[in-house]
Amino acid sequence: MTSQYTATYSSRFDKATLSHWWRQIVAILRIEVSKNFWGRRALLLYLLALAPVVILFLLAIVDPDGASDISRDWNSAQLAFVNIYDALILRTVVFFGSAWIFMNLFRGEVVDRSLHYYFLAALRREVLVVAKYFAGMVAATTLFSFSTLGALFFLYYARGYPANVDFLLDGSGWQQIVAYEAITLLACLGYGAVFMFIGLFFRNPIIPALVVYGWEWLNFLLPPFLKKISIIHYLESHLPIPIDEGPFATIVAPTPVWISVPSLLLFTTLVLILTAVRIRRMEIRYGME
Amino acid sequence: MRVEPRSTDLIVFEDVSKFYGEILGVNRINLTIAPGITSLVGPNGSGKTTLMNLMTGLIQPTRGRISILGLTPTEPERLFQVVGYCGQFDSFPRGVTGYEFVSSFLRVHGYPRAKAEEKAWQAIERVGLVEAAQRRVAGYSKGMRQRIRLAQSIAHEPQVMILDEPLNGLDPMARAETIRLFRELAREGLHLIISSHILHEVDTMSDRVVLINNGYILAEGGVTGVREEIEDHPIQIMIRCDQPRELAARVFAAPHVVEAQLHPDRQGLFVKTTSPDEFFLMMNRLAIESSVVIESVTPVDDDLAAVYHYLIGSSGGGEA
Repeated sequence: MTSQYTATYSSRFDKATLSHWWRQIVAILRIEVSKNFWGRRALLLYLLALAPVVILFLLAIVDPDGASDISRDWNSAQLAFVNIYDALILRTVVFFGSAWIFMNLFRGEVVDRSLHYYFLAALRREVLVVAKYFAGMVAATTLFSFSTLGALFFLYYARGYPANVDFLLDGSGWQQIVAYEAITLLACLGYGAVFMFIGLFFRNPIIPALVVYGWEWLNFLLPPFLKKISIIHYLESHLPIPIDEGPFATIVAPTPVWISVPSLLLFTTLVLILTAVRIRRMEIRYGME
Repeated sequence: MRVEPRSTDLIVFEDVSKFYGEILGVNRINLTIAPGITSLVGPNGSGKTTLMNLMTGLIQPTRGRISILGLTPTEPERLFQVVGYCGQFDSFPRGVTGYEFVSSFLRVHGYPRAKAEEKAWQAIERVGLVEAAQRRVAGYSKGMRQRIRLAQSIAHEPQVMILDEPLNGLDPMARAETIRLFRELAREGLHLIISSHILHEVDTMSDRVVLINNGYILAEGGVTGVREEIEDHPIQIMIRCDQPRELAARVFAAPHVVEAQLHPDRQGLFVKTTSPDEFFLMMNRLAIESSVVIESVTPVDDDLAAVYHYLIGSSGGGEA
């Protein structure tokens, strides 16, 4: 090879190789992040991410009784918000948003017939998987964190200035915000890995995605053992205010942070490894997709 | 004394087969390719693209082994340090300019920013697209898109270039320029493997020809012995232009043009010529001097029997 840069490449995990991989990851991130934020597929994401903000804006600001209800009965307002967060943000916005972002990381490029450019670069396909996953995470966490934050902003705004300052500085306000944001991030992490895997393994990823959706949605009915084979269980374990899952729900103790976070990270790593194994054997046959 | 090429200088197919389910892609391919320009010739669907995709690891063989300068296609991180592939996929990442397209994938190769920029401009200059480089690829003509893909595939200075129908869609001048570039690269010691279903292109640039049909290699060998045959035999060329009648009258005046026929849609014409070289020179002149706007000039002689007859059958130059 004529170049000193690619000539330094070796399969050993030495410093030069790691720095080479890092350069490649950064290069892919630049391309993918811009595609995720500005591509034609981004419009749906913006609409999804805006939905909870708009709903909270309507409930807390536009509805004439909304603001007074919130400031009068703050505990009920928080309880209402945790249910909105669980049903709307977590199970709908983050779930479908992650599905859209992560399934399209590879599937979208197959549809656009542009994946071969990556496959024709001096690039380990495992590095491509990691870089694409990072790019998906950047898009998902940015959009859905702002979405969560926007929804919380209108909830707090409706309560009024002095009460909020007290709540944020002396009460559990900051902890709640951090908890909601952390759950959103963990949701992107877990669902992202699942949907990248689905996008790569299935020619029509909609059906498996709906199966995952059904499984996650019906989680409250499952027996304790099965309940733990889901992402939503670990996420709901950390909600700042426990939610009532209804009279038919199976009651399972929340999983502590020191188990759930490493479990989600381990699960994500395993799924990424499987995805990397799959992509090493992947063929580009656009005409047959 | 003749020096035998080392295996690390060669591209080797050992008993390679590829099936798409029940459908045969290529079967029992045994082939060794030395440096220089090698053309894969055969009609559409004969297995040329399958061979190229196998070489680059875009698809994997059902059976057999492939070695590119001693590397296997299952190691893209090593293979594409020495291989560049310009395929037929006419698609690009959305919204990119020509320059961004070339430089961003150089960075994916692992080049630092400054080096990627330098190499991108060098490659763009080589294909003659400097002026259009900052425009979006979506606004390029088919020929410009072809050339920017070529720039992207040569930008990292590979030792092996694999080019799938690289002259498709190019106007006569760009076609001549591109062939000149290929010759230049071959003189620099590169392997160029070029697929084509067009005889005239093959004749103009190849050192060696591999004739393929229905997934089997029918023959391989030099093309020098068949050059004269080709010159005697008329080839058919399709020209897309805005004034086909006027152009037909002008080209028919040339002694080497034996037939000129209007296309049924009245947007072009078919011409048969016994001297493709003279014909393409004449087209270059007409493109500059006349008021006719020529959109494309494409040889349409893709009949396998004719190819076989020209390259192998009548010359006896190949090793069938």
